[in-house]
Parts: sequence; structure tokens; C-alpha cells
Amino acid sequence: MLFRTLKKKDLPRLYDRLSDGNRIVGPTVKGAEKDGKAIYAFEEISDFNNIHLDYTSTKIPAKKFFMPFRETMASFRMKGKEWDKMVSFNMNSPLVFFGMHACDVNALNKLDKVLLGSHYPMPYYAAKRKNMFIVGIDCIPQPYCFCRSMGSDTALHGFDMFLTDLGDHYFVEILSDTAYNFLRQITNEEPAESDHARYMKVAAEKNRKFTAHVDTTDLTKILDMEFQADVWKKWGDQCLSCGTCANVCPTCYCYGVDESVGLDLSRAQKTKLLYSCNLIDFAEVAGGHNFRPESHTRLKYRYYHKHRGFVEAFEESLCVGCGRCGESCLAGITVPEVIASVRGEES
Amino acid sequence: MAETTARPKNFLGVPVAKPKVAFIELSSCEGCQLQIVNNEATLLDFLSLVQVVNFREAMTEKSDDYDIAFVEGSVTRKDEAEKLRTVRNNARVLVALGSCACFGGVNQLKNRFDLDWVKREVYGNSFIDTDKAQPLEDFVHVDLRIYGCPIKKEEVEKIVTNLVIGREVHHPRYPVCMECKANENICLYDLGEPCLGPITRAGCDSWCPNNRAGCWGCRGPADDANMVQMRKIMTEQGFSDETLIDRLECFGGFKACVDNIRKGQLK
Ligand code: SF4
Ligand code: SF4
Ligand code: SF4
Ligand code: SF4
Ligand code: SF4
Repeated sequence: MLFRTLKKKDLPRLYDRLSDGNRIVGPTVKGAEKDGKAIYAFEEISDFNNIHLDYTSTKIPAKKFFMPFRETMASFRMKGKEWDKMVSFNMNSPLVFFGMHACDVNALNKLDKVLLGSHYPMPYYAAKRKNMFIVGIDCIPQPYCFCRSMGSDTALHGFDMFLTDLGDHYFVEILSDTAYNFLRQITNEEPAESDHARYMKVAAEKNRKFTAHVDTTDLTKILDMEFQADVWKKWGDQCLSCGTCANVCPTCYCYGVDESVGLDLSRAQKTKLLYSCNLIDFAEVAGGHNFRPESHTRLKYRYYHKHRGFVEAFEESLCVGCGRCGESCLAGITVPEVIASVRGEES
Repeated sequence: MAETTARPKNFLGVPVAKPKVAFIELSSCEGCQLQIVNNEATLLDFLSLVQVVNFREAMTEKSDDYDIAFVEGSVTRKDEAEKLRTVRNNARVLVALGSCACFGGVNQLKNRFDLDWVKREVYGNSFIDTDKAQPLEDFVHVDLRIYGCPIKKEEVEKIVTNLVIGREVHHPRYPVCMECKANENICLYDLGEPCLGPITRAGCDSWCPNNRAGCWGCRGPADDANMVQMRKIMTEQGFSDETLIDRLECFGGFKACVDNIRKGQLK
């Protein structure tokens, strides 16, 4: 890894270089909550001044750009007795993410394991993932963030460059030669000894700010032991089976496929729709049998996939601790509370 | 209305029969039927898929020879109940079109009050024969429901296409929140407003939240809707049971739930 520093006043110039011929996506303000707190969203940016690098976290994760909520996988058209099939991976032009937090970079790395690294990679994901450039940015832990418990508070790979705010300049980690070549075009410096010291101080300060935690010690085993625990029922009774948690989760990748025939009967379309294991028919199979008809069995499944199944397959959990699911759940179901209750702890 | 029987239709090279279709209204605002004639872009395709033999919204001649009957509106009079039974006998497939037909709709709001009082308030002293507003299923067997007040035209087109080519018709079983998140809306609760999205059946593409208005439950309950939790959420967010009941009662789909709240049985 290569380290440089960049004066804050030169950041717009980096933006200009990156946006030359590329689409830029960054955190913007989408609205305000009733108490006045800003609501942030990743959106396409056309003006550097609309990027809010001091954002907390976005309600909807960046996954919408490489796993859209709805995506056409193929369309079909009858031509006499023949038919045409059109497939597009829906990658129009490369995307530059300007200001992604470590948790969200790590979420992408986890998705890569399944969607790029498995026997059958997902081309719709790969096309977009392979054509993006990521500028990471450091963050201030919010009351709901427990990324540190999940080992996702720093990103080791999966980005091109990562900025850490040191006051009047940024500490820049460079991971790709693309990033190196971009940075070469603007003024930047070799970090001084004092910058290293300052970086470590900033990191230590950040670590002290975490208030939410999840104890992952022996968690896969504990989940095995507590499969029949009563607490699941309690959470299940609260759950609305609404799917919001999966929709706002940066690592949930489940989807359903809808096939529809056009009104003129000469066209058809296959559409991918993101789905959630909390929805009532997630585990319903042909013939109508539902393996998880009760809400608590579905909610439990979500936790087992994230904190047990995925860990056994990839030696890491499918949760980066961003806290989005708990923040958006109207029933107030949060990961730290659920895990603590399964461990028999008061949270 | 133009002659629509001319071209024979086929699907994947196999000819498909053009079902004879009737649109029939009982007590309703005819808004659902209007939705169907609303979209000129797809109307011709729609009309080449079926043979419409009865549609007061758009034609004058009528016939009682039809395969599929789309019945709009709720039953509020004895003669309507009779008409509905006749339609049931004529039709192979009876479709309840819209919330009035499915649940009683806005009309059923009057069921809360004394009927004589309602008649006096609405019609004064002129005599009018009107009874409780009831859904179709209180009188006849309903084969298929198309939810919504009004219905969503795209959904009707999809359902009719599937009926014609013999595919199963599925409704989303999850609640509106699912579509609302896919549309990246700001949640109404974050804005301090109530919304029945978490318990209402999806399919409208979160029509109201897309326009920054909370859901009123016009499509009725989603499968396994968690009413107890919905009530808790409303209370926690500072909305009274009255606000909740007002919404739940609006279209009639949550009648059982409202009854339970009133009886103190929803805990
Ligand atoms: S846990 Fe919360 S967000 Fe997830 S399905 Fe249940 S109620 Fe919805
Ligand atoms: S499960 Fe919740 S906390 Fe974990 S990554 Fe998903 S949204 Fe974030
Ligand atoms: S199974 Fe559930 S928790 Fe796992 S990725 Fe799918 S939706 Fe997310
Ligand atoms: S606005 Fe309504 S439908 Fe949308 S997420 Fe919030 S509760 Fe659900
Ligand atoms: S959001 Fe609710 S009230 Fe509005 S159309 Fe959809 S189901 Fe009906």
C-alpha cells in the first residue's frame, strides 16, 4: 500500500479529474427527519458541492448500483415462428463512488465472495462491480454502528483509494494503479512522520466512540445450541415480515425472478427482484409446502445465514455491523439486541 | 367502441382463445373501470386480447354471453345481489375488481352508522333503497380478486394476460414496505406520519408513499400481517387508536382486525 497526503482544498480537483468522462456517485442529502436530522442517500452527483463527505450513513446502501432492486435480466421477442432473446448486464458506463465508508467497502468484499467467487458467478453483478472506482472516506461511529465488533471498521482491500481526515489535509491510502495515476495529476505529498502520528490518533479516537457492540465469541456454536431458544419466538412476534431489513442491508443478495408476458403476447421479460428471507413465501416450494410459515422461524433464518452459515462457508459473517437494518426496522429489532438475547445477556 | 375481434391471437405459435369479457358495476364510483380505459397506449393491445361484450363505461350494446366477468362495486341493495347471482351463473370466472368488490370499499364506512340515519343524512326525505355495503364474497363465490382503490391498470393487464394464456395469477403476499424500499422512499414514520404499509398487501408499487402520503390499506391485509405490532408501532409513534382505526376502516379490508381492537382482543 502506498501512502500520500492531499490538501483538502485540492479535493475538488480530484473530483474534476475523476468525473471527466465518468459518472460519479456520492452521499447527498435526500431529506430531513421529523427531528431535523439529515437523511442521506447515494445518488449520482453532478456538482462537487452536493457531496456530503461528513454524512452519517445512507438509509439505502450502495448495493442498488450493482444489484438494483429491480433489474431486467432478459427480454424476448417473437419474430414470426422464431424468437429473439436480448440479454444485457445493464452496465452503461463506469461508476466512481466518491466517499464510501469502510463498512460499505467491506460489504462489497463479502458480496464478491458469493457473487464473483462461487461456481456460478453472477454476471449482472460482475459487470458493474468490475467497472467501478471507489474512493473511501473515514467516518464517525453512530450510536447504531457496531462494525468494529464485526471486524469491518477498516477496509483492507476492495477500494481504489481511501481518505482519512487529518484536519486541513487527507491521509490517502492508494490501492490501485488507477488511483495512483489519478492522484499523480494533482498536487500531493509524501506523508511526514507527524502525519503518521496524527493518523493513529484519529483512528484511536474513532475507536473510543463506538457504543454498540456484538459479542461474536463462539457465536456459530452458540447459535447452534440456542436453535430452540424461546427468544426467537419473542422477536418473531415483533417482526412484521416486511423485508425492510434485507432491503437496507448492504450484504443481503437474495432475489426472486418474475417472468411476465407482454399484453400483445409477442414479448416477454425476465426481471430480477431483490427478496428477503423474512417474507412469508421465501421458503415456500413447488406444491405449496412452506418450510418457514411462522415469522420467528424466518427471522431466525436471517440470523443463521448471516452469523452462522456464512461464517462456516467463508470464515467471516455476512454482516458488516452498519446498523442499517435496526435503524430502519419499525419493530425496533436490532442485531446487537437479538444476538445479546440469544447469548442470554441483557442488552 | 371499435370491432376488436378481427385478428386471431397466438402465444408462442399456439392460437389462444379470446375470452368474452364483461365489466359490470354494482355500487361504486366506476373509478376502477375508468382505470382500464385510461391508458390509450395499451388499450388497443388490451382489446385485442379479449372480446369485450359488456362495458358501460365505454360501450352501449350489451350481452349476457361472457366467460370472464369483472365486477366492480359492493352490494348495497337486494336487486344488486340478484344481479350478482345472475352474473355468477353466466360467468366461468368471476373477478372482484377493486376494493369495493373485494372488501366493501369506501362504501362500507356507512355500515358503522345506523342505516336510517345514513339515509336521512345522504338522501334527505326522498326514499332510497339502500342496505349495508357488502363485498361480493358475502353472496357468491369469487374466483379472483384484483385489489386496490383504484386498481392499478398495469396489474389488471398483467392478470388478464395471464388468464388468457393460462398462467397462474399471483398476488404479492408481502406488505407495501417491500415496494416502498425498492422505490427508495423516505419512510413516512421518519417524517412523523402514519402509514399502514407494514401490514397492507403490496402490488400498488407503493403508490401513496411514492407521493409522500402514508398508506391507508386499500389493498387489505398482506398474508400473515402483524396487526398487534402495527398497533404498537402506531402507539409508540404517538398516534391514537382512533387514527389507526380510521385508516383500517377506510376500505373494509381490515374489518376483522378493527372488530378485534374494538372488542379489546388485539393485544
Ligand atoms: S426484522 Fe424488522 S425490518 Fe426485518 S422483516 Fe422484521 S419487522 Fe421488517
Ligand atoms: S445485517 Fe444489519 S447491521 Fe449487518 S450488514 Fe446488514 S444491515 Fe448492516
Ligand atoms: S437469506 Fe436472508 S439474510 Fe441471507 S442474504 Fe438472503 S435475505 Fe439476506
Ligand atoms: S413509508 Fe410506509 S410503506 Fe414505506 S417503508 Fe415506511 S411504513 Fe413501509
Ligand atoms: S399505498 Fe396503500 S392506500 Fe396507497 S394505493 Fe397502495 S395499498 Fe392503497
